[in-house]
Amino acid sequence: MADARRHLLAALLAAVAALPAFAAAAPPSAPAATATASAASVEGSAPAVAKFEAPTARPTAADPALEARMLAIAGELRCLVCQNQTIADSHADLAVDLRQEVREMLQKGETPEQIRKYMTDRYGDFVLYRPPLKASTAALWLGPAVLLAVALLALVLVIRKRARLADDQFEPEPMLDDGIEAVDASSTRPGSPA
Amino acid sequence: MKALKFLIPLVVFIVLAAFCAYALVQNHDPHEVPSPLIDKPAPEFALTRLDQPGQTIHRADLLGKVWMLNVWASWCEACRDEHPHLVEFARLKALPIYGLDYKDQREPAQAWLAERGNPYDASLFDANGRVGIDFGVYGVPETFIIDKQGVIRFKHIGALTPDVLQGKVLPLLRKLNG
Repeated sequence: MADARRHLLAALLAAVAALPAFAAAAPPSAPAATATASAASVEGSAPAVAKFEAPTARPTAADPALEARMLAIAGELRCLVCQNQTIADSHADLAVDLRQEVREMLQKGETPEQIRKYMTDRYGDFVLYRPPLKASTAALWLGPAVLLAVALLALVLVIRKRARLADDQFEPEPMLDDGIEAVDASSTRPGSPA
Repeated sequence: MKALKFLIPLVVFIVLAAFCAYALVQNHDPHEVPSPLIDKPAPEFALTRLDQPGQTIHRADLLGKVWMLNVWASWCEACRDEHPHLVEFARLKALPIYGLDYKDQREPAQAWLAERGNPYDASLFDANGRVGIDFGVYGVPETFIIDKQGVIRFKHIGALTPDVLQGKVLPLLRKLNG
C-alpha cells in the first residue's frame, strides 16, 4: 500500500510540475506564465498594456511618445507571418504595415481597445497574445488554477493521512548514498520491521 | 475503492496521452488561421485596375454575382505554383475571377501575367496592401469566394490546387448559385 501511495505522490508532483507546460500546450496561444496572474485584468486590460514593453522598442519616428504607445500595443499582438513574434518585434512586411496602421490609428485618437478590435476583426482572436476570457477560452484561463487547486488538495489530503500513520507503516528508507547495498543496509537499521 | 488507487497515475497518463494524440492526429497547420471574415460582408474597397490605372473598381460594382478574389503578387513564389491551376480553372468560366495584386508594382505584375497567362477578369492593384489588410491577408496567395450579397463565404490560404478548386470551390459555387 505504501508503494501505491508513493506512486500517487509522484504523480501529483509530476502533475504540478507539468502545469505550466500544460497551460502553454493546450490552447494555441496561452501566455502560460501570465495566465493566472493577469486573469483579473482581462476585462479592463487597457491600463495593463502599458506595463508590457516590447523587447525591441526602438523609437525611430519623430514622435517618441507615439512610438512608445504604438509599440506597447503592437507588443501584445501576434504577427501572422512569424507566428511566435509580436507585431512590434517582427520584420515581416505585414508587421511593418500593421505598425504603421497602429501609428495612424493612434494619431487619429483611437483607443487601444479600438485598435485591438480592428485587428481581431481581420485576423481573429489569434492575434491577441492575451486571449479574451469567454466560454471557449475558459479552460485556458481557469484550467491551470483548477488543476493547481486539485493537486494541492490531493497533496494536503495525502500528507495529513500519512501524518496519522504510525512509523512502522512506512517502508524503511533505502540507503541512497550506497545504492548497491541499499536493501541489505536498510534491513539492519534499528526500527525497521524484521 | 482503495484498491483502485494505483490506477490514478495510469488514468492521468491516458488523459495526457489522449490530448497529445488529438494534437497529432487532427493534422492542424498552425499557419492556417481561421478567418473571422467568413460569413461577414467583404470590406469596402475602391482600387484601380492593374492594366488600366484610370479605371476604379468598387466593392459595389461586384454585387449581384458570386465571384472569386485571388490575392497574388509577382514577387510571390507560391503564386507561381498556383497560377497554372488558376489559368486552367478560368477556362471553365465558372465564375468571375478578380485578382488582388498585393503590394506589387504595375510593370513586373503585368509582365508576370503576360508571361504566365491571365486568368483574371481584372486585377485590382493594391500597391500599399491596405485592402489586403482589410481582407485579413497575411500570406500570398489567398483566395476568397464572395456571394451575390457581397458576403465572404470561403477563404483558402496558400496555393489553390485542383483538389481545392474541384472539391471545395465548385461545390460551393453550385450551392451559392443554386
